[in-house]
Amino acid sequence: MHALANKRYHKAAPLLLVLALLALLTGLGAVATSQSAEATTVSASDIEDGQKLFASNCATCHGIDAQGQDGVAPSLVGVGAASVDFQVGTGRMPMQASGPQAPAKPVQFTQEEISQLAAYVASLGAGPAIPTAEQVDPELGNAAEGMELFRTNCAMCHGSIGGGGALTQGKFAPSLMETTPTHIYEAMLTGPQSMPVFNNANIDEEGKRDIIAYLVAQRDGSPGGLSLGAIGPVAEGFWAWIVGIGLLIGSTIWIGARSS
Amino acid sequence: MSLENHTEPTSDEKFEDPGVPHHRPRKADVDPKAADKAERQTAFMFGLSILGTIVALVGYFGMDMGDTVGSIRSFTAVLGLGIALAMLGIGIGAIHWAKTLMRDHEMVEERHELRSSDEAREGAIQDLKDGVVDSGLGGPKRRSLLKGSLITALAIAPLSLLVPQIGSMGADWNVSRFRHTMWDKGVRLARDPDGSLIKAADVTIGSAFHVIPEGLVDLEHHKIEEKAKAVVLLVRLNPEDLKIQEGREDWSFDGIVAYSKICTHVGCPVALYEQQTHHLLCPCHQSTFDVSDGAKVVFGPAKRPLPQLPIEVDDEGYIVAQSDFHEPVGPSYWDRLKGDDSSATDEEVEH
Amino acid sequence: MGAKINKAAAGTANYVDERTGVGALVKFLSRKLFPDHWSFMLGEVALYSFVVLLLSGVFITAYFEPSMTFVTYDGPLETMQGVEMSKAFESTLHMSFEVPGGLLMRQIHHWAALMFTAAIVIHMARVFFTGAFRKPREINWLVGFTLMILSLAAGFTGYSLPDDVLSGNGLRIIDGVVKSIPILGSYISYWLFGGEFPGEILIPRLFTAHILLVPGLILALVALHLFLVFLHKHTQYPGGGRTHKNVVGLPLFPVYTAKAGGFFFVVFGIIAILAALFTINPVWNYGPYDPSPVSAGTQPDWYILFVDGALRLMPGWLGGFPLEWEIAGYTLSWNILVPAVIVPGIFFGILALYPWIEAWATGDRGEKHVLDRPRNAPTRTGIGVALISFYMILALEGSNDIIANLFHLSLNDLTWTFRIAIFVVPPLLFWITKRIALGLQRKDRELVLHGHETGRIVRHEHGEYIEVHEPLDEQELWLRVNYDNITPFEAPEEFNENGVRRGGMRWKRFKARLSRFYFEDRVEPVTPAEYAEAQHHHASYAASDEGLAEAEENADADKALDEGFAQLKKD
Repeated sequence: MHALANKRYHKAAPLLLVLALLALLTGLGAVATSQSAEATTVSASDIEDGQKLFASNCATCHGIDAQGQDGVAPSLVGVGAASVDFQVGTGRMPMQASGPQAPAKPVQFTQEEISQLAAYVASLGAGPAIPTAEQVDPELGNAAEGMELFRTNCAMCHGSIGGGGALTQGKFAPSLMETTPTHIYEAMLTGPQSMPVFNNANIDEEGKRDIIAYLVAQRDGSPGGLSLGAIGPVAEGFWAWIVGIGLLIGSTIWIGARSS
Repeated sequence: MSLENHTEPTSDEKFEDPGVPHHRPRKADVDPKAADKAERQTAFMFGLSILGTIVALVGYFGMDMGDTVGSIRSFTAVLGLGIALAMLGIGIGAIHWAKTLMRDHEMVEERHELRSSDEAREGAIQDLKDGVVDSGLGGPKRRSLLKGSLITALAIAPLSLLVPQIGSMGADWNVSRFRHTMWDKGVRLARDPDGSLIKAADVTIGSAFHVIPEGLVDLEHHKIEEKAKAVVLLVRLNPEDLKIQEGREDWSFDGIVAYSKICTHVGCPVALYEQQTHHLLCPCHQSTFDVSDGAKVVFGPAKRPLPQLPIEVDDEGYIVAQSDFHEPVGPSYWDRLKGDDSSATDEEVEH
Repeated sequence: MGAKINKAAAGTANYVDERTGVGALVKFLSRKLFPDHWSFMLGEVALYSFVVLLLSGVFITAYFEPSMTFVTYDGPLETMQGVEMSKAFESTLHMSFEVPGGLLMRQIHHWAALMFTAAIVIHMARVFFTGAFRKPREINWLVGFTLMILSLAAGFTGYSLPDDVLSGNGLRIIDGVVKSIPILGSYISYWLFGGEFPGEILIPRLFTAHILLVPGLILALVALHLFLVFLHKHTQYPGGGRTHKNVVGLPLFPVYTAKAGGFFFVVFGIIAILAALFTINPVWNYGPYDPSPVSAGTQPDWYILFVDGALRLMPGWLGGFPLEWEIAGYTLSWNILVPAVIVPGIFFGILALYPWIEAWATGDRGEKHVLDRPRNAPTRTGIGVALISFYMILALEGSNDIIANLFHLSLNDLTWTFRIAIFVVPPLLFWITKRIALGLQRKDRELVLHGHETGRIVRHEHGEYIEVHEPLDEQELWLRVNYDNITPFEAPEEFNENGVRRGGMRWKRFKARLSRFYFEDRVEPVTPAEYAEAQHHHASYAASDEGLAEAEENADADKALDEGFAQLKKD
């Protein structure tokens, strides 16, 4: 009976579980590829198709004319194509469940459908347009200038290199590690959800591209090794205790145990 | 008395100490083959250490550290793992040796009470007493003048060192500087960090501008100290959402308000602006201020609202300050609400 | 060859001994005994981490320039090109990206610092829970406590040196805390920074403290700490032959020279693995200090996290009641003083004075060299767990934004949870831990009186089933009965037999209350009389049914039958 109970739980099992958990957490900080958004030309038929898509997917909340409903959804007149491309292109819209904020999730539409929706909303009133490939090309930006702009305007919410962070009441600033340059640009331009607007008078077009260059430069990882999620001293302390002190206590137990 | 020791039961109600357990021989104690195996294992670990040193040295001389993230990372990893192997090999080898091959019969050593013997104590006390007499402090004549003057001298002598030390470390001790910032009537608001000016029209609803005073970037001296006090967050709200505070009716412009970015708790930059709730959150200790309602505290450890910078728009459309802040910015301190304003400005001019 | 070396060694030894008399010391030290137990090596982890800190620190000081003079960066790092920064920050980048091995050494240094402080804490916990701080080691507990405080000072001064945004905001918090001190606050701040925050002199001052003042004090106190360990001889866990008057163990030379010496290399190796593979304090992410920016995840290293957590936990308003007061025009910031000064002060005060507090309660004056098993000091164990939980809650609150973001919780709800937990959880855990310890003591009694369960069931002739219990061997028996049974003492009557009032009654009554708190609930160890009675009972019980042999025969028969069935099924 005793022998059976002893076998069922291996002594190393909790340790292995913790290590597996840690490995999983580290994996979250991994790097992903960036997609390139294609600038599309808008035609009248696009707007028409967009209107149909809008009526069937968005109008329930935003109203049939996109005028919005008080307390349910904002008006989309004048938000521009950039806003639609960001909200729908990152899967935030259409929203599935109400919560503190609309999180990014798998995209519901094809890029073509998104363009049509964007064209329709843009036709309702003037607003920011989708940036061109050149406007968001990290190769053309200055990462050092971007660093200074990012840490003054963005790092307080998104973390020093864009790893994300918490806001009040369950809201959060998402990680920017996998966000495409176009979506980063559009977010600055339109100020989605809690995020303030950074119009071109605040951070000019070049500045926005510099910020993108800085963020993309972070995707090579850290020169010091695994970055532990790049969330600062809390993660470092956690690892020092779990891995460092864990290994050391393990070795003291080995030293203290009698040899067979 | 009941304060005495309670832990000594009488001997007949005590179990008998079985003594140190018998030594249980290890494999290597009885089997020469096992001992040889342990020796080989130990030597293998020492060999691994030698290998580790070679890895570290080969890595150091053979690898190009380069200046890309990847090359620095590999260089650091190879060197570090080489060092780790060099160290762990020695350590694990030595411990394995001690555990398997060194004699492990437990030995017993008696302890002696730390307290000195009564004779030694008496001797020490007598020596001290004799010394006091010999020095002239004790004995028939007490020489209290000598004693008193020595104690006084010893007590105050450190002051000769400490006063200059402490006195100099505080430079000019002009703590009234805490009360003033660079802001003044007509100083334009500029973007942080480049110092370009801001027009009212630039600030659209929902925008947040991080602001420094015009001229800060060109300061020769105390630039960083001035910046540490003067940083401001400028936001525009829908005027309907803005609750104007009493007495501050003309401090804002068409929904544009400017608040000090230095937390009234312990001084972190309060910078997380949520444009939908108009809440401003400090990432250090999570004090939350409601920008639409005079930056009053709605959550967290801060008690006071953020100081508001009165602004207006000049002829050219730039946003300018009406004056300095009307209270000291940043964390509270004892005489925050005290003191006059004149002494500091003279100092500022000198610099 | 060998003979030559021996001759040379003897010659050298003779030369040195004639000039120093070191032979006697070697004789004294080499056969010094140390008891064997894994938990006795935790303090060594701290010592060896400190040695690693010194070694890597020498490398780093060769490149670090403690200067706040501004320069413009033109090194290889793309994201810093043309950025204005202090010389301190620039030299840190230079050391990391241009000096081969520099980044590794920085990471070794920082990981070693985290391990140093962590090892001190667990070493302290071991000493606490086993009662190793009791007479004659109270002074050494105080020395160790001071070392712990110095390790925090060493850590914090070092953390601030690179002059990056993260540590700069940390210094700003310190400035805010210092300013909250009544009357003197603003002057202390001005003194510390040589003017207004951040000034131009702070980094050089911190540098001197970090590389000279603090490590010098640590070295001196480590020497004192170890000297006292040798003087007192090491404590030992209870067991056969181990008493308050002896020490049972293995000699310093050669066993502990190899084990403890080897362990240094293991500690160094483990720190090197961490440093080789995991980034720590990537200052290039935070950028050079500038008072305007701040990043999410602005926290100190783990050992200061509890203060940061306390600052977060404390509300500025309690309902409509402000916790910052204005009295006659002067400002008193309870919202800062309580979490950053008063609470840590009380916490550390209790820790520092604990050996004396417990000594008042026991009233025991003897030297204690055999350690307590934590279960045999239920109140102390409970207090220890409560203190740790208090510390942990503050550290968790200090990480609340990270937790909120990781698990998608509300930061505000987390803060409220911890605000309540800080009052509820430590007392609760005290009570639970104490109960568990008492339960374990009862289990010890049970084992001593009735032996181990064997899982073998036998049937008596008259049909009753019983489980066979195996009596404890003498070593285990001794371990489970040999502990101090301390009873609370009463305060003496206020008036003595002559009706004269005794002096110091208040103090005596306090000590009596304290003693009751510690020892009112206790489980007495089994006495030889109880043990003999239990043995007798078992023996008579077994004998009354003509011994176990018959019963076991039955069991064997059952077993054979079972096997027969199993065989049948297979067929």
